[in-house]
Amino acid sequence: MLNILGKRYIFFAISLLLIIPGLIMLGINGMPLSIDFKGGTLLEVQFPSNALPSTEQVKNIYDGLGIKDAQIQTTEDNVLIIRSSVLSDTVRLDILDQLTTLAGSELIIRKSDTVGPSIGEGVTKRALQAVGLAALAIVLYITFAFRGVPHAFRYGVCAIVAMIHDVLIVLALTGYGARLFGWQVDSLYLTAVLTVIGFSVQDKIVVFDRIRENNTIYRKLEFEKLANHSIVQTLQRSINTQLMTVEFFLLALALFGGVTLREFAVILLVGLFSGTYSSIFIAAPLLVVWENQEWKTWFRRTPKTA
Amino acid sequence: MGVSEVVFQVAGDKYILGEFPGLTNTEEVIATVKQTGLLEFVDAGTTFLPEGTVIATDYGLAEAATNDPAVIPVVTAEGVVEPADYVFHTVMLGSQIKNVSVEVDPTGGFVIPFEVTAESTKMFREYTSANINKNLAIVLDKRVISCPTIQGALDGGGQISGNFTSETANNLAVTLRYGRLPVALEVVESRIIGPTLGEDSLDKSLLAGAIGFAIVILFMTIYYRLPGVVAVFSIAIYAGLTFALFKLIPVTLTLPSIAGFLLSTGSALDANILIFERLKEELRNGRTLQQAIDLGWKRAWPSIRDSNIATIITSIILFWFGSAFGASIVKGFALTLALGVGVSLFTAIVVTRNFLSIVIKLINPARHQKWFGA
Repeated sequence: MLNILGKRYIFFAISLLLIIPGLIMLGINGMPLSIDFKGGTLLEVQFPSNALPSTEQVKNIYDGLGIKDAQIQTTEDNVLIIRSSVLSDTVRLDILDQLTTLAGSELIIRKSDTVGPSIGEGVTKRALQAVGLAALAIVLYITFAFRGVPHAFRYGVCAIVAMIHDVLIVLALTGYGARLFGWQVDSLYLTAVLTVIGFSVQDKIVVFDRIRENNTIYRKLEFEKLANHSIVQTLQRSINTQLMTVEFFLLALALFGGVTLREFAVILLVGLFSGTYSSIFIAAPLLVVWENQEWKTWFRRTPKTA
Repeated sequence: MGVSEVVFQVAGDKYILGEFPGLTNTEEVIATVKQTGLLEFVDAGTTFLPEGTVIATDYGLAEAATNDPAVIPVVTAEGVVEPADYVFHTVMLGSQIKNVSVEVDPTGGFVIPFEVTAESTKMFREYTSANINKNLAIVLDKRVISCPTIQGALDGGGQISGNFTSETANNLAVTLRYGRLPVALEVVESRIIGPTLGEDSLDKSLLAGAIGFAIVILFMTIYYRLPGVVAVFSIAIYAGLTFALFKLIPVTLTLPSIAGFLLSTGSALDANILIFERLKEELRNGRTLQQAIDLGWKRAWPSIRDSNIATIITSIILFWFGSAFGASIVKGFALTLALGVGVSLFTAIVVTRNFLSIVIKLINPARHQKWFGA
């Protein structure tokens, strides 16, 4: 039989190797917060087909009004996306007036976002608190649902630790994405993270359920063998569920979906994959580490990796 | 503004979130929102306007109302002004008064003293001295809230007396002070979502969803064979029920709520996969098909139950937080997730299981073990 749990420290190492550099990148560059979180103004303006002004000209308008941080992007159909720090209503109207003058005719304002920064802050903070409270509730529920097996409390804690692992993977991915592709963290990102959290916890419980069931069948078996046996038994289900619910949909979304959703789809793809991966390679191994109280030997000799 | 699905939400301690579907002119929306709570002092002449009467005033019109003094409007028993096209003259706005308070007068009733701002004092004095014993209606958003009679020339202020209780007097004082909303409004965020962008994204994403679903059907059928077909039916029923619920409640489909729905679709699929994997295991252990179906379902059930309950707990907490603190993204996601998972539990218990039993009764299972992927 496949011995997955014997190699547990290798899997821990792989995860750390993926997570730590990404988090360092995030630490250096800062979270790439979009104006959804940071507050600012985003103008998306469509010009008549023959009158698209140069980036330079638009930049000058902003500079002239004292807005020095304007970033201008051109997209298809003569559309300019202009990001900047928060513009007051008067400044924005002023800018639109000047842009209209520049174009020589009416513009189509496709998007005009003014986001107060504290909205983002409040929502993120509340979302974090909500997730924290939910995690606590999950630990309690799992402890209750697994009351028939020894140390039920550990299952809840390991599920949450593995869930945090998945969130860290997503954060690390954000670090790489921000560096390589200029990804930004927006409100959709928050949705993606919530989805990963929900999926992750659900998947942990399914895998733990098998350990719970086998616990009553093979009473004499060593815990490590029992846990390994259980995850091998659920492997086919893990793969199929992952393929079915996640990869098929999200690959389709990433490949054929609209541009706006591509980043969202990629984050979900990786995050949900991690959700399945961590049930097998993080959550269950953590249970074994806890059962054997292996931390007592961590600093005495090299960890056994065989 | 004629917008059908305007949604206002209190966000956090000090925000109000308004959504105006279909409107694309932010400046117009902002202007209208800021006007809410427009307070006017209206010349009612000798007409008494009962509380609640809706009237037309000339504030905001291009020219002041020029009423024929011979026409004296009356309010019918139904509370409608006659003649219907009568436009009252607005003397003063709520922004022109200050220092509103509530006091008890010597007879024990409540009165509301107020002062007129320095710039308006002269106008108010002249108007009141010329209109003694006439009525000056106090009107909020074109609806009369009080109609006191001017009892003398007022210099720099006055007081409103009427049949007030302590509560109604205080309410009126608050209204006089601030308009209907007891705060000054500041626009924090205004956002237009361009339909071109949205439609492009939606169409492509729907196509992507359809492609994804087609692959899932194919895979389920090839991998799990007959049960796979049952699962596809079961998922279709799940999707139908969930969308019926969305319509009933109703749930507006935003991206976060679609994400919640898709996640719950995942868990509905997972429930089927769990059952079928167990079914196959039991078949491999040499059970008959009927036994395998019963056992497979029975053994998969605890994991389906517990994992879904955990998800429901999560979404209830997220929903509660989302509504309490205006994180509407979190709320929309949590609502569809909870509904979807609830329905998926139901379809896993009722639909998949019964469909499987019906299918076995229809065929001779002993001859068709292969159809079950055994």
